[in-house]
Amino acid sequence: MQIKRNIKYESELDKEFIKEVASMYGGEEVYNCIQCGTCSGTCPISLYMDYTPRRIMAMIRSGFKDEVLKSFTIWLCSSCYSCTVQCPMNIKITDIMYALKRMAIEENICPRKFPIPVLAREFTKMVRNYGRINEGRLTTKLFFKSNPFKIFNYSNLGMKLFKLGRIKLMPETIKNPKEIKTLLKGLEGKK
Amino acid sequence: MKEYAYFPGCSVKGTAKAYEESLLAVFKELGIIWNELEDWNCCGATIYMSVDETISFTLSSRNMALAEKNGKDIVAPCSACYLVLKKTKDYIEKYPDLKEKIKNSLSSIGLSYSGNTIVKHPLEIFVNDMGLNEIKRHVRKPLKEMKIAPYYGCQIVRPYTDVDNPIYPEIMDSLLESIGASVVEYPVKTRCCGGSLTGTIEEVGLRLNYILIEEAIKRGANCIAVLCPLCQFNLEAYQESINKMYKSNFNMPILYFTQVMGMAFGLSKQSLGMKRSIVSAEHFYPV
Repeated sequence: MQIKRNIKYESELDKEFIKEVASMYGGEEVYNCIQCGTCSGTCPISLYMDYTPRRIMAMIRSGFKDEVLKSFTIWLCSSCYSCTVQCPMNIKITDIMYALKRMAIEENICPRKFPIPVLAREFTKMVRNYGRINEGRLTTKLFFKSNPFKIFNYSNLGMKLFKLGRIKLMPETIKNPKEIKTLLKGLEGKK
Repeated sequence: MKEYAYFPGCSVKGTAKAYEESLLAVFKELGIIWNELEDWNCCGATIYMSVDETISFTLSSRNMALAEKNGKDIVAPCSACYLVLKKTKDYIEKYPDLKEKIKNSLSSIGLSYSGNTIVKHPLEIFVNDMGLNEIKRHVRKPLKEMKIAPYYGCQIVRPYTDVDNPIYPEIMDSLLESIGASVVEYPVKTRCCGGSLTGTIEEVGLRLNYILIEEAIKRGANCIAVLCPLCQFNLEAYQESINKMYKSNFNMPILYFTQVMGMAFGLSKQSLGMKRSIVSAEHFYPV
């Protein structure tokens, strides 16, 4: 029988984690959390989360970096901002969730085969190449790269939307797509 | 009359084509002058913020710089575009180092942005700038059969704006009432539709939308009015999947508030994009 310790020792926690979060734009107030739970109570998706927003805030403060960045919670946040507008301590919880997603992407520790980071990658690629998004192409790419079987479930809907003139085949583009690359040059990788 | 730089965003040119058609028809009816923001780019939506925030802000600054070049205020009908532009403005003001970075990037493509561009949602123009009395003057056809659940979704009222109360706004309610529609009490009016979750984690997205439609029916609504392309898409395009999953029998028309306005103004079905609906709402069209 293998005995496994399932709580962390103080020395294993990452005390710098909260400083990292607080140094992001909009992250400054994270120190002020009073653990009231308003964020979790108001979040329409908290019932699907592995850790509720309130717990995420507590885990940031205690240094559970790995657990937070590996959690499904950060990807489930749909950025509806209800927690942010209700937080009595003015913590920008939604913006902190964005910061956590960025850290998880940078450190390459997203949950495997999870479609949300795939969507994020395809979305940013399309904006960089064309300056605009074509929703039909984006969705097709998303399904193709995360769960190809879903294409069959939604091919009917796709056809319907096409007939209604709501999706187009040609990519949308700005006049000079290279301009976006020039614009973003020098910014990438900088916080 | 003031002239606006119209920033449609990607969805309004795509899945939400009917939003654009009806919005521009209503603008025309009300005498609002607009020009499409020339060579606009994607605002980055909420997705870009979760990949690279500075880039997201720079992308939307390009749009504001383009509007500023022509000295116009921006009108943004899509909630995500609206939020992202407002948020960018807010952050540029608050963080000088961010402003500096963006300034440098913009100058590399020959643009500059002072931070002063005003961003408005069409609702603000209709209700606050024109006033409901002026809107009422254009009503030609009473909307007798419609009982509308006004659904705002999340981002239009929070948190970088002061349009209305962030939890229980009433600005669209008052607009719809002023054109003679009956609006039902709809407590979930700012509850999230799931945004892009519907396409990625279906079970969560479908559940959120099921709750929204179910509640509208319970409140006696026979139609939901929306103001965001993604809300419209989630509520309408996934209705069949929702019915399958929850053994429900929803057949709820999901109209843009501008389509409802156009109907009351007596504008043609064609100009309001009525034929683009998956769940038809043409039976509401006043004769």
